[in-house]
Amino acid sequence: MDWMIVLAFISQMVRISVPYTLAAIGGTFSERGGVVNIALEGILLNGAFTCVLATHYTGNPWVGVLAAVAGGVATASVHAVVSITFKAEQIVSGLAINLLAMGATRFFLRIIFGSSSNSERIAGLPEWDVPVLGDIPVLSTIFSSPLILATIVIIFASQFVLFKTSFGLRLRSVGEHPEAADSLGVNVSRVRYAGVLLSGALAGLGGAWLAMDQHSFTDGMSSGRGYIALAAMIVGKWNPLGAAGACLMFGAAESLQMQLQGQDVPTQFIQMIPYVATVVVLAGFIGRSIPPAADGVPYEKERQ
Amino acid sequence: MSSASEQSRRFQAARKLAGVIGVPAVAIAAAFAAGAVFILAIGESPVSVYGRLFSGTFGNFYGLGQVLFKATPLIFTGLSVALAFKAGLFNIGAEGQLYIGTFAVAWVGFTLSGLPGVLLVPLCVLAGAAGGALWGAVPGYLKSRFGAHEVINTIMLNFVAIALTGYFVTHVYFVPETVHTQRIAAQAQIPRLEQFWPVFKGSPVNVSLFLALGIAVAVYFFLWRTRFGFELRALGLNPAAAEYGGISVGAGTVLAMTLSGALAGLVGVDFVMGYKYYYEGGFSSGLGFMGIAVALLGRNHPLGVVLAAFLFGALSYGGLVINAVVPKELVEILQGIVILVVIAGTNVFGQLAASFKRGRPG
Repeated sequence: MDWMIVLAFISQMVRISVPYTLAAIGGTFSERGGVVNIALEGILLNGAFTCVLATHYTGNPWVGVLAAVAGGVATASVHAVVSITFKAEQIVSGLAINLLAMGATRFFLRIIFGSSSNSERIAGLPEWDVPVLGDIPVLSTIFSSPLILATIVIIFASQFVLFKTSFGLRLRSVGEHPEAADSLGVNVSRVRYAGVLLSGALAGLGGAWLAMDQHSFTDGMSSGRGYIALAAMIVGKWNPLGAAGACLMFGAAESLQMQLQGQDVPTQFIQMIPYVATVVVLAGFIGRSIPPAADGVPYEKERQ
Repeated sequence: MSSASEQSRRFQAARKLAGVIGVPAVAIAAAFAAGAVFILAIGESPVSVYGRLFSGTFGNFYGLGQVLFKATPLIFTGLSVALAFKAGLFNIGAEGQLYIGTFAVAWVGFTLSGLPGVLLVPLCVLAGAAGGALWGAVPGYLKSRFGAHEVINTIMLNFVAIALTGYFVTHVYFVPETVHTQRIAAQAQIPRLEQFWPVFKGSPVNVSLFLALGIAVAVYFFLWRTRFGFELRALGLNPAAAEYGGISVGAGTVLAMTLSGALAGLVGVDFVMGYKYYYEGGFSSGLGFMGIAVALLGRNHPLGVVLAAFLFGALSYGGLVINAVVPKELVEILQGIVILVVIAGTNVFGQLAASFKRGRPG
């Protein structure tokens, strides 16, 4: 067995799963608060676009990362207003936002960069020199990437925030039983807003990864990753560590698919893995995966 | 007393009509207003762009033919989503169902090429419906048997369908160097409208448009004039009460998803039998998702769906008309805004109406 191939496989798996993980954890925050977020796809796309735009104009990739987070939060805020304030159908809102993001990024891609396929090349983030971890062959590329390190921190921090802090408790309570939370003085709308906007920030950061990884924006570059993140969130049973694990698994499948490309193996069947896994998990064949009780249900405060 | 109740009934009817027509009208107006901002932002004139959009679509027969062509598959997917909605189910899987159905149409069309047209045409149509029905039945069954939510399952099955048909068209049935299958038999091809009305010359709009309109009428009769239809609507309004009334929720769920899938699968009649004459990988790019918008805007009523499909068809062809001046993606932005305003507006309108009612004496 050639170790270099194994290390290359692992490195590729990690890199593929970064945007999945950020979006899936974002989705977890949103849905734990009771708001279904199918807009992850559009948030990734808008995040990537604002990242490229900001980096292009300032020349500073860090500004680009901030812009991606801002773009993600802005996109998510549309979803929050429509589904929390207007109490509208959350799934349709998400789908409409995805359509809007697709159209808007293409529109501005053509206006700003004069191309219907891709932007100009942008500067990437600098690589960090991390002691010890940076000395491992091949894998050093993982530990030198600021966004990958940030993702690792985010995974554990999210798990902590969701289950060990009072904000996490409030968020889960408005997702499980908003009436009870309301009667205890929790502002249901405000906490749900926080969950959705947080999902926008995280998925927006995922968009920054896509843009930085490719050093440009290409049309439709989220290419279904938001939906895979949704799948990972479910397979991970609405918790950050689980979602990250599912993302690594999906990343491994995709990495395998890439290794097999060019050989006469029908890669479509490997492509199906995340989706089939989700259907199987939802049907309860591998442990039950139960969404938060009030997931997708707008909260109607009792009127006097 | 009778005049008071009469008045209240009229008020109810007027309110309902305002909700049905008012919200979509406001949504369309809002979308065009927002679109005008985008157009101004790039230094063009909204009046001239919208004028071009209108004259290019409804201003001449060629444009009209293209609009009808774009609307045909949207009628099928819109009806698909609307029928499921009526039964209280959210079918986001029309996209996957139409991929499977369309592939099935082509497969029957080139495999049973020895059959006479009088047999092959109906068989191809049935294959499309059956393929879609099968792909719709799966999430229906998973929901009734395991309680697995149809929204997530239909999303996942979309990707499985695209990968599966992708496999067929790249590894099993394909013309070398292409991503499409061989052509279906000549006797399975259905005529284009230009063959009867030369004014439509150059537009691929074909007789599947009449199938779509006929199916819309059939869906109306099914939902409002048959027992099964009544049961499905009862299920959509209140599943617990429906079950108490002796309706099987599980069977109804599977039936509704199966029929919904069948409607989506009929997209293949238009695409394969009337347009390309073969199956092509990745042909749809969102017809199923657009069906959700069409159903919403059409208030889940077959007549509304047909009208909404024409509107969205006009927008999607209109995008190509204005592309020289404004990027055609403008229409995707318009469509997205229409959907958002419709769903937000429906609720706001309901609340306004409710508060208005509360404010009234009695």
